[in-house]
Amino acid sequence: MAKLIIPTPLRKFTNDQALIYTESGSVLEALNSLAALFPELKEHLFDDQGSLRKFIRIYVGDQDIRELNNEKTAVGSTTVVSIIPAIAGGTE
Amino acid sequence: MNAENFIAEPGLVESLRPVSISQQALHIIEQHGVEDYPYECCGFLFGAEGNVRVIQEAKPVLNKVTENRNRRFEISPKDYLAAELYAVKNDLTLLGVYHSHPDHPAVPSIHDFKQAVPFFSYIIISVSDNHVQSLRSWQLSDGYFVEEKINQ
Repeated sequence: MAKLIIPTPLRKFTNDQALIYTESGSVLEALNSLAALFPELKEHLFDDQGSLRKFIRIYVGDQDIRELNNEKTAVGSTTVVSIIPAIAGGTE
Repeated sequence: MNAENFIAEPGLVESLRPVSISQQALHIIEQHGVEDYPYECCGFLFGAEGNVRVIQEAKPVLNKVTENRNRRFEISPKDYLAAELYAVKNDLTLLGVYHSHPDHPAVPSIHDFKQAVPFFSYIIISVSDNHVQSLRSWQLSDGYFVEEKINQ
C-alpha cells in the first residue's frame, strides 16, 4: 500500500483524513485508486482529458515526479506520495 | 456578480464563518508587506476551525518568483510541504495564505482566482508608500471568491 498525503484544502473530500493508503504500482495507479475511493476529489486532481491538473504537484518522497518519471513514477509499499496545490497569484 | 465575475457580491452567496486574526499574526503580515514593498510578499496562516476561524499564527515564506515580483508571487512545493508538516507538529490547521498587493487594492485578481483552492482563507493586504492601506480576507465558495468577515 502506498501512503498518500492529502493537502488540507482537499481534506473535505476525504472525510478530513490527511493520510490515505492506496494501491501501489505507479503514481497514476495510486491517484486513480484515491479518486475511486473519493469521487469528489477526482475533479481537483484531473482535468477533463484525464491529465493531472496543471496546478497540482505530486511529490514522491521529496522529489517532484516531473524530475522522475511523471505519472509513471514507481510507487512502492513504503513510498510517501504528497499531493501539493501550487500556491501562486498576484495583481493584474 | 460584478465586473470581475469571479468575485461574489455581498449577500449573493451564503456567508462564510467569520475569521479572527491574532494581533501577533496581524503584525507579522503587515510588517512583511511593508518590508517587501514594492514586491509582493507571501506566507502561511495557521490556527483552528470552529464557529469562528481563528488565525493564530502567520509565517512568512519566500516569494520564489524571480521576475515581475512586484506583481506576482509563488510558493515552492517544498515550502508548502513544510507548512503542512509544521501544522501537524504544532497541532494547528493550515488555514490559508496571505500575500500583498503593492499599489493595488486588497481584492483578488484573476491570477489569484485561477490558482485558488477550496477551504483556504486568502488574506490580501494592499500596501502603498510603505503603509498598509487595507487588509481583507477571501475564500473560494461555489466557484467564486467570497469576502470573509474579519472579527475585530
